[in-house]
Amino acid sequence: MTLNAKSATLHLSVLAALVALFFVLPPYHSGNLARIMVLAIYAMGYNILFGYTGLLSLGHAMFFAAGMYGFGLSVNLGGLPLPLAFLTGMACAAALAAVTGFLALRTSGVAFMIVTLMFAQTAYLVVLYFGTYTRGDEGFVIQSADRMIMGVDLTSEGARYVAALLLFSACFLTLARIIRSRFGRTLVAIRENEERARMLGYDTGAHKLKAMILSGLIAGVAGAAYAMLFGYVGATFATVQYSIFPLLWVLLGGAGTTIGPLLGVFFMFYLIDFSSSLTTAYMLVAGVVLVLLTMFAPQGLMGEMRKRVFAWLP
Amino acid sequence: MEFGPHLMLASLEGAVIASVLVLTSMGLSIVFGVMRVVNVAHGEFYMLGAVLAWYVTSLLGGHPAVGFVAALVAAPLLVGAIAASADRVILKHLKYDPDRTIVATIGLLYIIQQTTLMTFGPDARPVAPPFNHRLALPWFEFGDSGFAMYWPWGLSTTSYKLFVIAAAAVVLIALWLLITRTKIGLIMRATQQDSETAQAFGIPVGRVYSMVFGLGAALAALGAVLVVPIQQAHYLMGADPLLLSFIVVIIGGLGSLPGTVVAALLIGMSDGIISVFFSPTLAKIIATFLVAMVLVWRPQGLFGRSVP
Amino acid sequence: MNILETKGLTKVYGGITANADIDFALPRGKITALIGPNGAGKSTFVGMVSGRTPATRGQVLFEGRDISTLPAHERIQLGIAYTFQITSIFPRLTVYENVAIAARRLFGKDPALLQTKITRALEKVDIAVHAEQIAGDLSYGHQRLLEIAMGLVQEPRVFILDEPTQGLAEAEVTGFIELIKSLAGDATILLIEHNMTVVMGAADWITVLDQGMVLANGTPEDIGSNAAVQAAYLGKTDA
Repeated sequence: MTLNAKSATLHLSVLAALVALFFVLPPYHSGNLARIMVLAIYAMGYNILFGYTGLLSLGHAMFFAAGMYGFGLSVNLGGLPLPLAFLTGMACAAALAAVTGFLALRTSGVAFMIVTLMFAQTAYLVVLYFGTYTRGDEGFVIQSADRMIMGVDLTSEGARYVAALLLFSACFLTLARIIRSRFGRTLVAIRENEERARMLGYDTGAHKLKAMILSGLIAGVAGAAYAMLFGYVGATFATVQYSIFPLLWVLLGGAGTTIGPLLGVFFMFYLIDFSSSLTTAYMLVAGVVLVLLTMFAPQGLMGEMRKRVFAWLP
Repeated sequence: MEFGPHLMLASLEGAVIASVLVLTSMGLSIVFGVMRVVNVAHGEFYMLGAVLAWYVTSLLGGHPAVGFVAALVAAPLLVGAIAASADRVILKHLKYDPDRTIVATIGLLYIIQQTTLMTFGPDARPVAPPFNHRLALPWFEFGDSGFAMYWPWGLSTTSYKLFVIAAAAVVLIALWLLITRTKIGLIMRATQQDSETAQAFGIPVGRVYSMVFGLGAALAALGAVLVVPIQQAHYLMGADPLLLSFIVVIIGGLGSLPGTVVAALLIGMSDGIISVFFSPTLAKIIATFLVAMVLVWRPQGLFGRSVP
Repeated sequence: MNILETKGLTKVYGGITANADIDFALPRGKITALIGPNGAGKSTFVGMVSGRTPATRGQVLFEGRDISTLPAHERIQLGIAYTFQITSIFPRLTVYENVAIAARRLFGKDPALLQTKITRALEKVDIAVHAEQIAGDLSYGHQRLLEIAMGLVQEPRVFILDEPTQGLAEAEVTGFIELIKSLAGDATILLIEHNMTVVMGAADWITVLDQGMVLANGTPEDIGSNAAVQAAYLGKTDA
């Protein structure tokens, strides 16, 4: 098989497995899986910037939250229909990513991490400051009546799973395609050696900005999808913790691989789910995993697979 | 209260915040300066200092001063030892790669914080100050009857707060002497200049790094022990000092110690003053955003010199 | 006619003048060698030409057009290729992908053409057998050749090579001389070189830099007999 055929087969079988799992799993786990798919969209967005372009952001929660609040507020306060509200959420995230990128990309390395962290902290505080509308830490609920799309009730178990799967597949396949495109390859070139890429005639600044916007946009899709499918919008999703999560997921699954983000979210979700049944200090697991990964498996699950077994992994 | 006395009260509160902030920021700054490591777990070492202070004082019992003095010695030492071993086990293994150490210290942050939650619990716990006299403060005014001194109601501070300011000053001077006048300081500065050359001259760079990382954490812990009789110990108390120390170190110029001191005083004072007069959230929004802007447009900090 | 010229190109680093008012001309279709003792400012000069190093003042003209204000990537897009003095490749990617990145900007729209161009470039420098290897695993000499292939594949109009033969084996150097001779004509070549065998064997024209200034210009024969140049190489800087 050619490289393209191999990766197409891999991607389609992942999606087929997700379809099959819905029929096999008990409701509790299929509910979890819907959540995992939405969070995996977030992780895939993060992976564009971190895994493929080599830029470590510590502020992606602001894009997730922008999608979430852009969607939630335009439904609850603006009374917009769902598709329009969803687009609003995406637009908010992309616009915020464009502004953040324009400013933060003037820096690099450690300064880039801190600048994105500070911007995200500012965004979080802005959410709290406008508590009258955002209801701050407490958050707000999107009424079930508002979560209907073309007569389909998104609060039902089945519809929610299908919607999550559709959104996930769309992002998954689009991103897999972008990665193989000239644009995607150039991002990898920038990650590997930015100066060389620039001296081969690529406008690296413009590429990084585009990667940032794409990454923020996908994170925004995840935020809006989360609000739409689970009916809750809250400031927790704008905290530093939610900027750390995608980093953790992508590191665990394998940065710069197409299916790494999904795997990372999957394992982390169940690890945290399991440990929170034992203790309230479930974030301890996240900390231990982060330290162990950076020390012993910086390539993550898929990265190690690629290194040891399947060199062709996309 | 009128504006004048109110401002004086705010400045006093600001001075206390600034004193503690100077110590925590110096810890972060020394670690960054010598090792080029951004320690995201710094706030947790601070928290650990406060929590250990509670353990030490409640273990000893007796007069608050006994426990407090013991905590002042034991907590920074313990925290420093924990940090030094974290350096040995984790950071050394990562060869101090900037990106990977940041991620690892994020992990360390959660490990320390959540372990504290499991053992110390989610409650905030007080530590009694060793002494705590209420000191009323006078205010001066030129009125109709000429110069007059009076004691506005509510304008007061405590002897303990003044002690915090004095103690921070003493520690700062000791630190300055350590860095400029001792062999350890010389070795630290040599390692900061060029770790490879230092290694070639027989300086045990690995041990210097562990010591510096421990010293940085111990300074944060010391700040926390000083502050814990005013503010209770809680497992989430590390977040604010971390953010503020970051701000200070950035404004002061990454790794510049004099810049750090100036910036800590400036930010501690203004934080104290602003939060008395304005909504704390708005103040934080403006401060955080401005600091991000400083990093974007003037990465060498406001007091740092630009490198061509 | 000259394809590339500089007028009064100057670089000052914190008070030290690395290049002083360099007026330089690169004759079209020829191989020009830029030589000079260590620290003469050769790399700084080509850095300013390619846009990698910002100039303190002065002009760079390409085909008569002032390109001084263009960022590096736009200059490269005009057809200037540049290889680094210190090998700069994508060490974790395959040899093939390294060349592909260089070629994709120009031929990315046509996959078949892209593949032909890449294969041809690899064959030209004789590393086609290593195409699927990870670039960082290649020997140093092969990495140099890979870097040249990355330049070639862009079919540049001006090809700037900063010490390309450094670290090559004797046989590879002979191959290299033939290679760049075959490129000249369509392309114009600017070569920074220490190896005088390469300079004398390949160059049509030589410019000598010393202490950030142009010391001499001429054919290899002229330069070989130039007293000032010999003095500079012997270290007498007042020549």
